[in-house]
Amino acid sequence: MNFIRKFYYGDIPEDKTGGNIVSKDTKTDWPLWEVFIRSKQGLDHKHAGSLHAADAQMAIENARDVYTRRMEGVSIWVVESKYITASNPEEAGELYEPAVDKIYRHPTFYQLPDEVNHM
Amino acid sequence: MPVQDFEKIFQEKIDNEVKIEPKDWMPDAYRKTNLRQISQHAHSEIVGMLPEGNWIGRAPSLKRKAILLAKVQDEAGHGLYLYSAAETLGMSREEMINDLHSGKAKYSSIFNYPTLTWADIGAIGWLVDGAAIMNQVMLTRTSYGPYARAMVRICKEESFHQRQGFESLLVLSRGTKEQKEMCQDAINRWWWPALMMFGPKDAESTNSDQSMKWKIKRKTNDELRQNFVDMIAEQIKTLGMKLPDDKLKWNEERRHYDFGEINWNEFWQVVKGNGPCNKQRLDARRKAWENGEWVREAAAAHARKRAERQKDKAA
Repeated sequence: MNFIRKFYYGDIPEDKTGGNIVSKDTKTDWPLWEVFIRSKQGLDHKHAGSLHAADAQMAIENARDVYTRRMEGVSIWVVESKYITASNPEEAGELYEPAVDKIYRHPTFYQLPDEVNHM
Repeated sequence: MPVQDFEKIFQEKIDNEVKIEPKDWMPDAYRKTNLRQISQHAHSEIVGMLPEGNWIGRAPSLKRKAILLAKVQDEAGHGLYLYSAAETLGMSREEMINDLHSGKAKYSSIFNYPTLTWADIGAIGWLVDGAAIMNQVMLTRTSYGPYARAMVRICKEESFHQRQGFESLLVLSRGTKEQKEMCQDAINRWWWPALMMFGPKDAESTNSDQSMKWKIKRKTNDELRQNFVDMIAEQIKTLGMKLPDDKLKWNEERRHYDFGEINWNEFWQVVKGNGPCNKQRLDARRKAWENGEWVREAAAAHARKRAERQKDKAA
């Protein structure tokens, strides 16, 4: 079956991220956007999901309807999915394993006498 | 690395409860099964708006109308979460929608039954959403990350659906003689189709074993169905109504309710497209898609113009 493709940006197949879906009528295809929501002042924006929209303005409006119906957010970021570059799971070893044996980077590595152990 | 090794690593991750994410290697069959199930689930949310939408304009009060509107809007949102999750597996939104409209993709058969009275809206919330929740709570722990995350969000919202349905029936069950009859009639008509929502018996379910091994599902159709019967058989006592099943009886030995046999002929007929509303539902979806064509075109044209204006400003 040829409709299954496996080349990815972020979480979405490459040929699906720029509004260039194979279609008989390309003028109505809307690109995919990633949505990030700040749930309250003082917290980071966090990835909430994705949606299709014709432009950034519409992406914000749709994100408001889809992801904040119950006061889940006070601020929204949207970015077209094709601009997200993601690391490759196959490189996970090189990227993250060097941190595994550096336990001295954690405070619990250091044994201190009881009277100062709250440090 | 040979494929067998990839498969071994994949299965080890699943066995160790490590979620599978879109960019991870996965067997083609795992991808296809998830794609089929998630897109089917998305279609069900979208088609599920139709039987309820039928009553928005005729809700008995402004309060009930606002509740129903909010619920139907939630279903649209759930469809969108799930379409996005399915897209991570490599199929475009448009292809999925085409498959729904061509009849190639299925959606839950429950939505091929008509909503004849206002009490049906309560019965759908309590029984249909109640049955869906049994399945969805299990799916919050499914092995494919994007699907599990979508289900977490959906489950948070779905609880309102079931509670408003029960409350709506509770009001009818304490009302006039006609209202009580209407309540019982809706329960009579929705009970068996709700039981069918869990799918064929385990012995006849073709995808079950592999899906359990891959932890796409974690309970079998029959287990979920039994949990649902046990829950509803207790809840209906509060309504003072009856489930339309002579064989329904607490079994002390099994610590479960026994219940009668589902009409499997009806089940397969509706799955095959011969239910009371199959044609009507698909026609409504196709019409909505076609009538929305000019809106999609206009939005795309507007976006192009806006982009050009910005380019001119920058120049």
